[in-house]
Amino acid sequence: MAINFDKALGIHPYALQARVQRSEILASNLANVDTPGYLARDYDFKAAMADVESQFNSGSGFLPQLSMEAQYRVPYQPSLDGNTAEMGVEQSKFNNNAMDFQSSLTFLNMKIQGLQKVIDGR
Amino acid sequence: MSFNNIYEIAGSAMRSQTLRLNTVASNLANADAAAGSEQEAYRALKPVFSSVYQTSQEEMQVTGASVQMLGVTQSQQAIERRYEPENGLADAEGYVYYSNVNAVDEMADMMSASRSFEGSVEVMRRVNSMQQSLLRLGKG
Repeated sequence: MAINFDKALGIHPYALQARVQRSEILASNLANVDTPGYLARDYDFKAAMADVESQFNSGSGFLPQLSMEAQYRVPYQPSLDGNTAEMGVEQSKFNNNAMDFQSSLTFLNMKIQGLQKVIDGR
Repeated sequence: MSFNNIYEIAGSAMRSQTLRLNTVASNLANADAAAGSEQEAYRALKPVFSSVYQTSQEEMQVTGASVQMLGVTQSQQAIERRYEPENGLADAEGYVYYSNVNAVDEMADMMSASRSFEGSVEVMRRVNSMQQSLLRLGKG
């Protein structure tokens, strides 16, 4: 078959999934902004995508698995109660992540439209 | 896709901040409450927050953390003792005991709580729009 639907969408479904997972951990950081001793966490998006890409290129024939490991955030200004979640930082990261989610979604939509055109034969 | 978890996390934050605002309201309302003895005097209420971690089943990794209220503690700051013999509540020596609420602290706490609450509302709004656009996937 000429079109392989598993590979047609490329890395974008994984990026989308990573964005959703990341928004969960950023929402957790925002929720715990007033919890003493809470350590803010975040995922390394770049490393996760590199991992997926290497799985694609390994030629194993299996679909890649998204795996992300949470890492602790290094605060700009440590607070006295041991909390490392900073409201402004987390908020900007959350909004940034939400915008990147929209971008991934746009890419995915374009891929799907492309496939649609091929199927329709236009 | 685990959007439901995010709603739960933002919801837990809103719940905790509401309870915190509740204690602030109680403290401010009782700031001028007098009592006949040191034991009966109103002590400022302070909420205690703690995180509840959610982990993934396979790798035991933290994927999220919601907030819970462990309880409410009473402030251990000194009770204010005033000499007011004409007050009906005065003890044998003529002293009345006022609450240990610090109004400035409470106002700062109130602002912090409402800011955090608004932050959670914003998170929910963003996640809602993310989910809605995901539902429109493939429709152009």
